[in-house]
Amino acid sequence: MTKKSKALALHLFTIASLAGVFFILPEYHSGIVARVLVLTIYAMGYNLLFGYTGLLSLGHALFFASGMYGLGLAMQYLHLSPITGLIAGLAFAAFVSTVIGFLALRTSGVAFMIVTLMFAQAGYLTILLLGEYTRGDEGFVIKQSQRMISGFDLSDATNRYFVALALFSVCLLIIGWIVQSGFGKTLVAIRENEERAKMLGYNVQLHKWFAVIISGTMSGAAGAIYALLFGYVGATFATVQYSIFPLLYVLLGGAGTTIGPLIGALFMFYLIDISSQFTNAYLLIAGVALIFLTLYAPQGLAGVVRKHVIRWLP
Amino acid sequence: MNLVSTRGLSKHYSGLNAVSDVDFDLPQGQIRAIIGPNGAGKTTFVGMLSGRIPSSSGTITFNNREISALPAHKRIALGMAYTFQITSIFSNLSVHENVALAARSLHNSANTLSVDQRAVDALRRVNLLDRQEQIAGDLSYGHQRLLEIAMGLAQSPKLFILDEPTQGLSAEEIEAFVILMKSLAGDTTILLIEHNMDVVMAAADYITVLNFGETLAEGTPQEIRTNSEVQAAYLGTANA
Repeated sequence: MTKKSKALALHLFTIASLAGVFFILPEYHSGIVARVLVLTIYAMGYNLLFGYTGLLSLGHALFFASGMYGLGLAMQYLHLSPITGLIAGLAFAAFVSTVIGFLALRTSGVAFMIVTLMFAQAGYLTILLLGEYTRGDEGFVIKQSQRMISGFDLSDATNRYFVALALFSVCLLIIGWIVQSGFGKTLVAIRENEERAKMLGYNVQLHKWFAVIISGTMSGAAGAIYALLFGYVGATFATVQYSIFPLLYVLLGGAGTTIGPLIGALFMFYLIDISSQFTNAYLLIAGVALIFLTLYAPQGLAGVVRKHVIRWLP
Repeated sequence: MNLVSTRGLSKHYSGLNAVSDVDFDLPQGQIRAIIGPNGAGKTTFVGMLSGRIPSSSGTITFNNREISALPAHKRIALGMAYTFQITSIFSNLSVHENVALAARSLHNSANTLSVDQRAVDALRRVNLLDRQEQIAGDLSYGHQRLLEIAMGLAQSPKLFILDEPTQGLSAEEIEAFVILMKSLAGDTTILLIEHNMDVVMAAADYITVLNFGETLAEGTPQEIRTNSEVQAAYLGTANA
């Protein structure tokens, strides 16, 4: 089997396992996994920019919120259907990431982190400023009656799980395809040695810009899907905290691996879920776990597997 | 026909004239060596040709096209390859992927061979084919130099700029390198910065001597060897 077909097999196996696991999991856990799958889409988008291109953004909540509000406001005020709402969310996130990418990529390194952070803060404040429509921190609910696709109820637990899984699968296969393509390999080359990539004739700036656009749009897709499946749109999702989450998931799971974001998001969710059953200081436990992982597995969980066990891990 | 020409090419770093007013012509198919003492402006000069270093003034023509305003990646796409003085490879990627990245950047190429074939071919020519699965950063220094040369070969350039390529190579590897350069000449024009005088004398058709950022002399290896100004500035009378 070639590396490419092994990668595809791994991705299909992951998807099949997630489908199978639904029938074993109690409802509480399938609810968590549905949420994790949506946030994994977010982390996969983030990973394309951070893990593969080597650009650390601290402002991805702006893209997540762009998708979320793009869909939410369009459904609330223009009464769009879920599908056209989703398209509106994607289009708005694509637009925002095109503009932000163009501006933020005039900087690099630490300045890039700060600029993306500032844009995200500006986005958050804009949501509060337009409180008349966005209802600010309080947010608004997308009514169950609106979350129906010709009789198919997106708020139903089973439907929600499989819609989340289907959209996750599409994104995983897209990412899997991108990182095996010449474009994806060029992104890795830029991450590894930007000057060299430029002197091989690659338009580094343009590649980075496309990476921001794809990454931002996928993050926006996650935001839109989240609003659609869980029925709530709020400014919390635009805060710094939500910019840090995908970074954590990706670091934990393994930056620059296709399944790292899923592993990281699952790990983080369950770490908090399990530790909070025993103590109120669950964030302390999460923090300690993070410190140990950075000390002993700086490449993340999937990164360790790639280094020592499965060298071909995509 | 000249593949590369510069007129009045200069680079000033606040007060320091690294390269000043260089007129330079490189005919198609030649192997040209640029020599000169440390700090003579050799790397700055070829950096300006490739677009890696912006020039302060002057014009550059490549393949009958004025390229002074083009960014580096567009110049490379027109058919230049550049190897760095300080080895610059993708250390965490495999040897094969390093060369494949070089071959793939020529997506518009009329070359009918696949990226993989061109990568394998380039690696074979520098004798690294049996190491293609290794991580590039694990190679010895000399092999990393050869890998960089293979990356240049995989680009099938019109102009191949090499900045001190033989530094760190063994005597046999240097010999193989000279033979390789000779075999490329004709199709590929080669511009070589080199400190190893044996390599220069064996490989170059023609030599340009830079000193304090200016052209001191130009001529065949024989002419340069006997040029008294060059001897005084660089070779030292003992080498005469």
